Amino acid sequence: MSARYSATRTSLRTAAIMLVFTVVFTAVMASTYTYTRPAIEASMQDAQMRLIDEVLPPGSYDNALLDDVVRIGPTPALGLDDGGRIWRARKGNEPVALIVETAATDGYAGRIAMVVAIGTNGMLSGVRVTAHKETPGLGDYIDPKKDRRKDMPWIGQFAVASWKDVNTAEWTVRKDGGTFGYRTGATISARAVVQGVGRATAWTVERQDALFAAPAGSTFGAQP
Amino acid sequence: MTPQQFRDIAYNGLWKQNTGLAQLLGLCPILAISTSMVNAVSLGLATILVMAMSNLAVSALRNFIPYEIRIPVFVLIIAALVTVIDLAFNAFLHDLYLVLGIFIPLIVTNCIVLARVEAYAAKNDALTSTIDGVMMGIGLVWVLALLGGLRELLGAGTLLSGIEMIIPGASSINVFGDDYPGFLIAILPPGAFFALGCLIAAFNAINAKLAARARRRPPPAPISTDAPPAEPAAAN
Repeated sequence: MSARYSATRTSLRTAAIMLVFTVVFTAVMASTYTYTRPAIEASMQDAQMRLIDEVLPPGSYDNALLDDVVRIGPTPALGLDDGGRIWRARKGNEPVALIVETAATDGYAGRIAMVVAIGTNGMLSGVRVTAHKETPGLGDYIDPKKDRRKDMPWIGQFAVASWKDVNTAEWTVRKDGGTFGYRTGATISARAVVQGVGRATAWTVERQDALFAAPAGSTFGAQP
Repeated sequence: MTPQQFRDIAYNGLWKQNTGLAQLLGLCPILAISTSMVNAVSLGLATILVMAMSNLAVSALRNFIPYEIRIPVFVLIIAALVTVIDLAFNAFLHDLYLVLGIFIPLIVTNCIVLARVEAYAAKNDALTSTIDGVMMGIGLVWVLALLGGLRELLGAGTLLSGIEMIIPGASSINVFGDDYPGFLIAILPPGAFFALGCLIAAFNAINAKLAARARRRPPPAPISTDAPPAEPAAAN
């Protein structure tokens, strides 16, 4: 910058250059966002579908599951502070199962987010942990990807559990007199998951008919 | 660019000024993500991309950036590039994106990127700056691979777990068998510091050995001896 420029001109010029840079790079970001958005949405849907396929056999329903969704507001019984979603599986318009987003708030390291698939007969068809912060190598066996027993992951025991067969007091780990197994050394994570699944199942079974009757895309329990 | 220049840049990036072992910049993502080899290398590859692109962009634009506002402009450029890479990862490598999660945006706070831009790209032409970014990134990748591999091997007894997310069908290596009880602290944050400390110690030991060998080696062909050859004595 040569000396013939006054301080004001220099400042204005610098500010203008800063503005140009900001505009150009904002444009770069905006166009990338627009360009990648369809792919990002598609891969989010894919990921959701894959998760649902893990908890509910794909052949057991024939509706467009991802579109048949009911939103729920903040629900302490499900551990949801910000609300969540419930997908409804139907076959030939007959209710088959509800897939409920829920969370256990009492994990060893905070919240454990899960999805639980509950059949209309009260049978659980599967549970998956979707987000957690449990200790790596110790409590993280609740996520089957981290479970060292690949042939018989811990989370698999829910696939044969039934709400009707297990009474309320037994929805916990064996150490507390419950029905469910756990791995030595990390009881807290397992207990949180088991009790969370129990709470979610109780909540869902109680409201099953109303949940199936609610219009798709609506918010359950909200005043019309 | 001469081959000598290229060799200097490569030697600086890969060894002498190594990001992970010598400059020790950007420790937060390095320590946090090096729990397994695959995660560590993935973060390293993302860093190579960001460093090459930000060095390229800054060195190409360096004559338009007023000195007084260079830092905000650098930060703007790096932040924009990281956002672009973050979105691209999310769109096209979604599974990997789920693993790296918040760490891709964290590259923007990785001071190594800003440090190279300020110290190198702002003063050099586009080609050498890009190569400098790539070499610094590769230097980071091998350290991250070693660190991640070490921690994963000790902590979980496996190597390359999670590789199936990048190369479908590939599987991890279970080094110590299914009964390995695990060594938890290697995977927890303190383990990252222990492992990195050991690597830095080894790096310094190797450097000290190399320096000692260089000192012992007889000096290359003497140009002049200590005592200048005696001048023919002037006649008295």
